Amino acid sequence: MTDLTSAELMIVNAARMLKDGDVVFVGVGQPNLACNLAKRTHAPNLVMIYEAGVIGAEPARLPLSIGDPTLVSGALSVVSMYDIFTNYLQRGNVDVGFLGGAQIDKYGNINATIIGSDYAHPKVRLPGSGGAQEIAAWANRCYIMTPHQKRRFPEKVDFITSAGYLDGKGGREKAGLRGKGPVGVVTDIGFMEPDETGELVLTALHPGKTAKEAVNNTGWTLKVATQLRITEPVTEKELRILREELDPSGIYLKGG
Amino acid sequence: MTKLIPLSEAVSQFVHDGDTVYAAGFTHLIPFAAGHEIIRQRRRNLTLARATPDLIYDQMVAAGCARKVIFSYMGNPGVGSLRIVRAELEAGRLEWEEYSHFGMISRLQAGAAGLPFMPMNQTGAVDLERANPMIKRVTDPYTGREVIAVPALNPDVAIVHVQRADKDGNAHLWGIVGEQKEVAFASKRVILTAEEIVDEAVIRSDPNRTLIPGFIVSAVCQVPGAAHPSYAQGYYDRDNDFYLKWDKISENAETVKAYLDEWVFGVKDRLEYWQKLGAETYKRLKVKARYSEKINYGSY
Repeated sequence: MTDLTSAELMIVNAARMLKDGDVVFVGVGQPNLACNLAKRTHAPNLVMIYEAGVIGAEPARLPLSIGDPTLVSGALSVVSMYDIFTNYLQRGNVDVGFLGGAQIDKYGNINATIIGSDYAHPKVRLPGSGGAQEIAAWANRCYIMTPHQKRRFPEKVDFITSAGYLDGKGGREKAGLRGKGPVGVVTDIGFMEPDETGELVLTALHPGKTAKEAVNNTGWTLKVATQLRITEPVTEKELRILREELDPSGIYLKGG
Repeated sequence: MTKLIPLSEAVSQFVHDGDTVYAAGFTHLIPFAAGHEIIRQRRRNLTLARATPDLIYDQMVAAGCARKVIFSYMGNPGVGSLRIVRAELEAGRLEWEEYSHFGMISRLQAGAAGLPFMPMNQTGAVDLERANPMIKRVTDPYTGREVIAVPALNPDVAIVHVQRADKDGNAHLWGIVGEQKEVAFASKRVILTAEEIVDEAVIRSDPNRTLIPGFIVSAVCQVPGAAHPSYAQGYYDRDNDFYLKWDKISENAETVKAYLDEWVFGVKDRLEYWQKLGAETYKRLKVKARYSEKINYGSY
């Protein structure tokens, strides 16, 4: 499988972290593929919910936006946005959230708001939180999926759009947050997971990747776990579902 | 009492320069027809509030209608950057006020419920709180813990597109119902556009589906296809090709001006817009029916 793309590698590994029966707050694009792949393999009872207010979506085609009508037809329920953020998320009924952003720092804090040091005069204006600020705070656990590049992993983000472990472990508890935070970061090189201080350390590599690659592509001095795991190779079946059933035009499977 | 009037009249009567406008709809039922009419009538200095400004506000900002935007996610959904709003913010030419989706929706919920503010649990991400002084902390009088508070949002005018309404403005909508109900109740005036105008009896046949009652509505306008390039569940699909195309159009000021000249100023109304889009677009976006099971309300 030499033609495996970075996106496919991340999506498959993200899918494997989902447990059967999980209630997942799904984002459009790669997280959506990861969730649908999990549902078609080891997690048939996965409940996919979308911030647009859709509960238990079973999309018949690849959703191209967070509010795609294919999410609605055949869903278990459709509720208002206020309901989804209160009854479902704030109340504690969501197991997993998927997050991404322009920058992710050493403590798993995410920036999706601005690049630069002055909010009022940003160098680059990014889209902003959307649902991410509350998903990061209140989902029971969160995963981050992003290509492993130095500019994406600075030591400190320019702006905390959504909380990881803030200044280190204990930061979340002090702020009264309910979820466990970003328990896994999937990249195209491997996995990073928080240690007891909340710092993200390299804990796994995909087959053929090296710790050196991960270290060189991280903006802080990345610690490497003593027992480095090697992830299971992507299977033919996983790849077939992704390429033939879920994203036949390769919209989200190409590139990073 | 009928409130049925043409959209051009509704905009001229109920949308004024300097108003705070909320064009509702989360990806679904975005009222593009009304947005285009506001551009044609050259409204100025509007504060445009929407969780996702989407293409509708990108176009209104490009046309010079806006002084300020209030938002919680500024992107071209599923495509990438919302180029015009973004460039205006980066250049400091457009004021903005920013929330998370939940903050934005909580503001509407407070506005709709007649409350001064809405409390929310803390998220630990305090940078937005520091950047936006409208986001405050208050002490929960019962536990003594601090919670986040956002002020009620009560727009001057809401624009809501629905699948069907009667001439009095009693409205059925289904599919993604994002924040339409909250926006309607929060606003001082409500302009409703509808795919279909139906008899009151149709509305009364399924009262649970009525999210907006006619007595809070200022005007009802029959505008089929009003949501294009967004969609109306069960009526037509999202024109994803156009969302991709806008990414290119919005790359430079000349192509944006040419678009507005041709597709907004160059047509009289939505009917002409659709005549210009043509039968091919109509066919491409048409959806196959998928009906719900009937329910029995009982005869009492």
